[in-house]
Amino acid sequence: MKKVLLPAAGLILATALPVQAVERGELLANSCFSCHGYEGRLANATIPTLENYPASMIISQMKAYRDGTRTGTIMDRHAKGYTDEEIELMAKFIGKQGQ
Amino acid sequence: MKNVFSKLTRRQMIQLAAAGIAAPAALALTGCSTTGRKGAGNVVVIGGGFGGSAAAKYLKRYNPELNVTLIEPNKEYITCPGSNWVIGGFHEMKQITHNYNAAKKNGINVMHETVASVDPDKQVIKLASGKTMAYDKLVVSPGIDFKWDVHAGVDENTEKFLPHAYKAGDQTLLLRDQLQSMRQGGTFAMVAPPNPFRCPPGPYERVGMVAHYLKQNNPTAKILILDQKNAFSKQGLFVEGWELNYGQMIEHVKLDDGGKLRSIDVKNKTIDADYGKVKADVINYIPPQKAGKLAVATGLTNESGYCPINQQTFESTIHKNIHVIGDACIAGPMPKSGHSATSQARSCAANIVLAMAGQEPISAKNVNTCYSLVTPDYAISVAAIYDFQDGKIVSVPGSGGVSPMGAAPDVRKMEAIYTQGWYNSIADEVWG
Repeated sequence: MKKVLLPAAGLILATALPVQAVERGELLANSCFSCHGYEGRLANATIPTLENYPASMIISQMKAYRDGTRTGTIMDRHAKGYTDEEIELMAKFIGKQGQ
Repeated sequence: MKNVFSKLTRRQMIQLAAAGIAAPAALALTGCSTTGRKGAGNVVVIGGGFGGSAAAKYLKRYNPELNVTLIEPNKEYITCPGSNWVIGGFHEMKQITHNYNAAKKNGINVMHETVASVDPDKQVIKLASGKTMAYDKLVVSPGIDFKWDVHAGVDENTEKFLPHAYKAGDQTLLLRDQLQSMRQGGTFAMVAPPNPFRCPPGPYERVGMVAHYLKQNNPTAKILILDQKNAFSKQGLFVEGWELNYGQMIEHVKLDDGGKLRSIDVKNKTIDADYGKVKADVINYIPPQKAGKLAVATGLTNESGYCPINQQTFESTIHKNIHVIGDACIAGPMPKSGHSATSQARSCAANIVLAMAGQEPISAKNVNTCYSLVTPDYAISVAAIYDFQDGKIVSVPGSGGVSPMGAAPDVRKMEAIYTQGWYNSIADEVWG
């Protein structure tokens, strides 16, 4: 259990800049849900779910599918639709962060 | 002390982190939550299919403070995806039937009512029950309606005898029953619709499912497709799959080779086409299509019969504060599919939330994925990624495309497994 430092938090909040109500990265990442499970989760999934998939691997594997170094049934065709920037943004919102 | 994080969604945590807020502390100061600045308001969604149900869910996800109402007359929704599998005799209706319990649990006000009219100037909806509702933003996802006045001999009653089965439900079961009652060696004739229509590969997946049933139960029967166009989605792959799995059972006649329909004699089950007169045992007449009735009645359609929209936000270019998504809208090269509708729902929901927060619109790429079964163990797919450029939805060059021709059986089998996986996942995303 972490201790909460109220005064420090108050200072940070007071200077925080407005955030986009919906970020592009989230919207990009939410596209994955239709096949890979809402929030990356699905019971009895036959398509790999992404909740516990390391974000760094989402980046490396999307690029590998796109660049032809990994073959797939359909992900190669999807991955070709995205730039490096988009793949990296997407990975901030799906998969296990910090891995 | 309870862990305050447990109540937060992943996106709320990310937003806090993005704002430079030390997350644990920020949550202790609940008065400073991120939701206040997004602005509350009333958003109404009409239509509980893929587009409407997904829009309601993502509106609430992107701004939990919004009052989101979903108006859908039926208590259950039966999807068109998967309905061909029911016709093929190896899938149950209950597997493609969904309800709105999860939507209610997600904080959406679900009303099982019929909309009588929408007043776009006053921003008020009138329900058949007499109630009225005001909206700040309205999302209309009415699907398709049929044009019964294109071909001679048919009208709205035709579907009782010659099921189109292109809105799933009783129609699906009627077509399945007619198929199962067909005499040995009989003819199943399909009239496939002209473009643009819902689910471009849908009629051709259906043909495979009918053939699958016939191969086991009525192997001398024939399937004839009289097509009201000259080419169709995934054509090479379908034809390859049909020949491989069903030999010569299926004959496809394109528009210019005799497919053009002149009239149908419903009572005598006879089709008159350029090809000649065909007496069939089962006729699956899939009529030409246009946007759903409510879109037409609200004046959201143009001369094409579909709804022009801003292709970034999906706001109607005819009526302000009304957004149209799914089969009814004109979304550039995006096909009219459940997957497209769900993708559009996310883009539309995000941009409604942004507009209500006084922020600029954004575009993230829209996506379509469409799997079709040729047999229960043999599937093919098409995928596409769409960008927003110069005010229009365009396909990303070099992306997407169809499954390879001549692929090994294990690849087709894998795609069949993914077909069911796709269905389960998107159904959970939309109705879960």
